[in-house]
Amino acid sequence: MTTLDYIPAAVEPRENYLNISYRLKSWLLTVDHKRIGILYLISITAFFIVGGAFATLVRLELATPAGDLMTAETYNKVFSMHGIIMVFFFLIPSIPATLGNFLVPLMVGARDLAFPRINLLSWYLFMIGGTLGIVAALSGGVDTGWTFYTPYSTAFSNTNVVLTGLGAFVAGFSSILTGLNFVVTIHKMRCPGLTWMRMPLFLWSMYSASLIMLLGTPVVAIAIVLLAAERLFGLGIFDPTRGGDPILWQHLFWFYSHPAVYIMILPAFAVINELITCFSRKRIFGYKWVAFSSLAIAVISFFVWGHHMFVTGQSVYGGMIFSFLSFFVAVPSAIKVLNWTATLYRGSVSFDTPMLYVFFFLGLFVIGGLTGLFLASLGFDVHVHDTYFIVAHFHYVMVGGVLMAYLGGIHFWWPKMTGKMYPEWIAKFAAFTIFVGFNLTFFPQFFLGQLGMPRRYHSYPEEYQVLNVMSSAGATILAAGYALPLFYLVWSLRYGRAAGPNPWGATGLEWLTPSPPPTENFEQTPVVTKEAYHYSDKELQVVGA
Amino acid sequence: MSAHNPAHGAAHNLPADLNPSPATSQVAFDPSLAPPGAAALHEAHGHSMVAHQFDDLAQQHEASTLGMWAFLATEVMFFGGALTAYAVYRATYPEAFAAASRLENWFVGALNTGVLLCSSLTMALAVHAAQMGSRKWIVNWLLITVVFGTAFLGVKAYEYNHLIHEHLFPRADTFDAPRHDHETGVTKPPHFPPELRRPAQLFYSLYFGMTGLHALHMVIGIGVILVVAWQAWRGRFSPEYHNPVEMTGLYWHFVDIVWIFLYPLLYLIDRT
Repeated sequence: MTTLDYIPAAVEPRENYLNISYRLKSWLLTVDHKRIGILYLISITAFFIVGGAFATLVRLELATPAGDLMTAETYNKVFSMHGIIMVFFFLIPSIPATLGNFLVPLMVGARDLAFPRINLLSWYLFMIGGTLGIVAALSGGVDTGWTFYTPYSTAFSNTNVVLTGLGAFVAGFSSILTGLNFVVTIHKMRCPGLTWMRMPLFLWSMYSASLIMLLGTPVVAIAIVLLAAERLFGLGIFDPTRGGDPILWQHLFWFYSHPAVYIMILPAFAVINELITCFSRKRIFGYKWVAFSSLAIAVISFFVWGHHMFVTGQSVYGGMIFSFLSFFVAVPSAIKVLNWTATLYRGSVSFDTPMLYVFFFLGLFVIGGLTGLFLASLGFDVHVHDTYFIVAHFHYVMVGGVLMAYLGGIHFWWPKMTGKMYPEWIAKFAAFTIFVGFNLTFFPQFFLGQLGMPRRYHSYPEEYQVLNVMSSAGATILAAGYALPLFYLVWSLRYGRAAGPNPWGATGLEWLTPSPPPTENFEQTPVVTKEAYHYSDKELQVVGA
Repeated sequence: MSAHNPAHGAAHNLPADLNPSPATSQVAFDPSLAPPGAAALHEAHGHSMVAHQFDDLAQQHEASTLGMWAFLATEVMFFGGALTAYAVYRATYPEAFAAASRLENWFVGALNTGVLLCSSLTMALAVHAAQMGSRKWIVNWLLITVVFGTAFLGVKAYEYNHLIHEHLFPRADTFDAPRHDHETGVTKPPHFPPELRRPAQLFYSLYFGMTGLHALHMVIGIGVILVVAWQAWRGRFSPEYHNPVEMTGLYWHFVDIVWIFLYPLLYLIDRT
């Protein structure tokens, strides 16, 4: 950014969404999408810390071959709570509920989401669900894994299955309401001139993710209702001794939970679109391809759930079809990655912190995605099923993909959200620390899985120790890397440089309003006259970095 | 719904060519093109019914309609999960499911279906009254809808009571036990031969599960209708603005349609 003109921001006290009131009530009863985004940001950060604490326990236990830190039962609870908290209370709400809530109305040029009070309700539902999850963890935990497989979860486990399930159920409705709000807002609230083909691709991806939230989440909701009813009243629907079929649970669960992976990754794609164009100073390569590949992912993702069930005894033809469709869903993802790479070509690429995260995302997501293709192959999947290969694969997608994009997005829009710049050098240092720590943690796990180490065991044979120690050491570095942004971002709230309206010289309606924006977002309703990402033909200025 | 309409509000006021020269910036803050600010618009129209995030009543109406349909789509998927379970077990245990559904009282079910269809009619009439601006008839039709809805739940309670009395509630301890009638002193054997007992119990699990969820939706619907009726009585609605009546109507019709699927699936298939 140093090559661009530097225009100091005129610093004047101005009313914005943050300083309009400091009372607690003004936050807890707010219907402002920006404040609700901040509420979510704080809440999911707390859940991330809790989920991270459980991950720390897992890595500590696995540092030595013997199961010496905790009993097998405790270990089962620890990895289950890690998965449940990270998936339901961090990853799924992460980008949509924070950045999405904050940015969707700004990007469509509206004053708020279509249903602001429902938006607030969704935060309360999320907090109720999260509280139930935490209460379940504190009052004995749950040991079924985040997948709650029957009949173990219905007939055998003596842990808090119903309470945890209720937490996921309630949080699911929060997700449904967020998706509903985004769909309606993007359809009906676009400002004059903002046609579908002029929308930032952030909105296309968020829209696609919202469709999955709307149509997938209710299926896991009814599945959890049946599971709870089975435990409480003994319905027998998943109980083989009473004619029920435990595999039905897996079908219903994965019908949501595989598309849920795309609820997580599509918003990550959304962030990457905005960042990669801004820091390459280029129009996106193949706008329509990127836009429609998001929708294609949303649609195809509903038809691949059987690849989680290759070893359940489903018919081999069913397996072949699910295998084919799982390869097929990789095509639109590949289109995106290729188009992002082509966007870089001959761009004026700069390496600010958000862009570092984009590069990390691209590399790690490609590894996560390609190993996904391995797992879509029937034969190889049988070999590595329930091993650390799976664990490594989905951590490359969930952490290497989603979390990298999330952190990149948080850094990119932090000036807009808070009006303050974060300190650049330490942010870069943190980004590299996270990248190194992440790879050291999870790359060895591909080897562990290929060598046959099963997941979810608290002890293992000694020949796996070197790789496990590497993984645990990497987790230490990773934890340190995650801790850094917590400190310097909070620090920047008070000591950071004031950011002007557009510190990155980016296109997009959100950069036309002051930082932080006023409650009504725009003083006048904006009128869009051009397509998104017109970096090449605009004299973009850095306004007050 | 104008899903392909590029934009709402002042879009129709814009000149056809929005981009006179490529050198101009993406966004023009030209007051002559843009609609007035939210507050001014709010006053100009004099509608306290337009929420601050919307430009006008039309946009608000479109948004709430799409929102309700989107919500109903999630409801379809919610019941869809239960219907999938039903379909799987019906296909696995056709004999037991047929035997079990024969114990349902199809006539009471048909009666209840009729009651529910009548409630849909009165709901439609309430929406019509709202369009006509008749405060009195909105309230009347809504309350009649509530009466029909309550009647349905009453009949449902009677059916549940009967089934529980007949030891058809899917609890292992009662379902398998002989039925002892205290008045006549006669003890009858369980309904099903041992080989059909477990799958028949599954049928009743699904029966109580699905009709229970449906009844829960009815209870919520009745609550919402009462609130809307109260608002109507307070004179909150007009021919221009009656979104809550219309959206409640959509929801109520949806709950009816769920029953239209449940009734044949649970009472009628394979009766003969």
